[in-house]
Amino acid sequence: MHRIKVRVVEEALDANNTIARANRDDFDRQDVAVVNLMSAPGAGKTTLLERVLAELDGVRAGVLEGDVQGSFDADRLAALHIPVVQLNTGHGFGGECHLDANMVRSALPSLPLADLDLLVIENVGNLVCPAEFAVGEDVRVMVCSVTEGEDKPLKYPLMFRRCELVLVNKIDLLPHLDFDLDRFLYFLDQVHPGVERMLVSARTGEGVAAWRDWLASVPGRERAVA
Amino acid sequence: MHELSIASAIVDTARRHAGGRPVSVVSVRLGGLRQVVPEPLRFYFDVVARDTECDAARLRLTEIAARLRCEGCGEEWEPSWPSFRCPSCASADVRVLAGEELEVEYIEVREEEGACIASR
Repeated sequence: MHRIKVRVVEEALDANNTIARANRDDFDRQDVAVVNLMSAPGAGKTTLLERVLAELDGVRAGVLEGDVQGSFDADRLAALHIPVVQLNTGHGFGGECHLDANMVRSALPSLPLADLDLLVIENVGNLVCPAEFAVGEDVRVMVCSVTEGEDKPLKYPLMFRRCELVLVNKIDLLPHLDFDLDRFLYFLDQVHPGVERMLVSARTGEGVAAWRDWLASVPGRERAVA
Repeated sequence: MHELSIASAIVDTARRHAGGRPVSVVSVRLGGLRQVVPEPLRFYFDVVARDTECDAARLRLTEIAARLRCEGCGEEWEPSWPSFRCPSCASADVRVLAGEELEVEYIEVREEEGACIASR
């Protein structure tokens, strides 16, 4: 018995990335733009979607809702009379903490892609794991709420670096918190220089029109790039 | 907790290259800009490897420090905090030279004496 060294040099997540590309090809074929929406639990992803998805200027939107278990969020969004598909990750060691490309692939047959211009994939609430796994999206958006503290870009730089838009939510609470907005924006600019950001309150509606316009313009922008 | 998924991906990659032979070492390069924590990764690696070619294999982790380069002024540095602006000219045009690796570099497999060497 002897040992031999076998050269590999392969990105460990290559298999996930390959499936993500297959998902993206399927989305492209159906002309569906895809947003991967990520945040910590309770940052306001679902509420920010509830606020805008019903009135997207003729853009036909659907949601793929990722949760460890339950369909609370999917039920809320289904009330908007748009296609919503629930994806539960609650297998294995107490449930996966993120969506991966294969889970999204398994949900594709349930999605009416031919009738959609935009698919929002609402990821599992988590600031770490979803950032590592592409699912076939065109753009990544993250929500960070001011109740989370201004140091979050420094603590979770990967997610802040890998998104194209940061929604800073719950700004109606700023007068009641010690959250230093300037300091947060400074940290954000260090971690992801120049990243687009919007200050919003899903509760009062402040800034929500800009978010709606941005989201409604994703399919057009993606078509222009393609 | 995504270390479980990553450990599975590492074991899958190693098995694809093992050609059915028992694996004694899996060597992985892990960049400092990835949010992968070595201890849980080792724990899950041992769990996922059980009853596969990688059973009882050693996970060898080489941690790679982040290294950035400013495309504006040419400055190169190892960031001590997650700042991606050039410390010398403040440009945002910064390229990651190292630190984003999550790569299975090589594996070591055990082979019977006299086995076909073509697979090398």
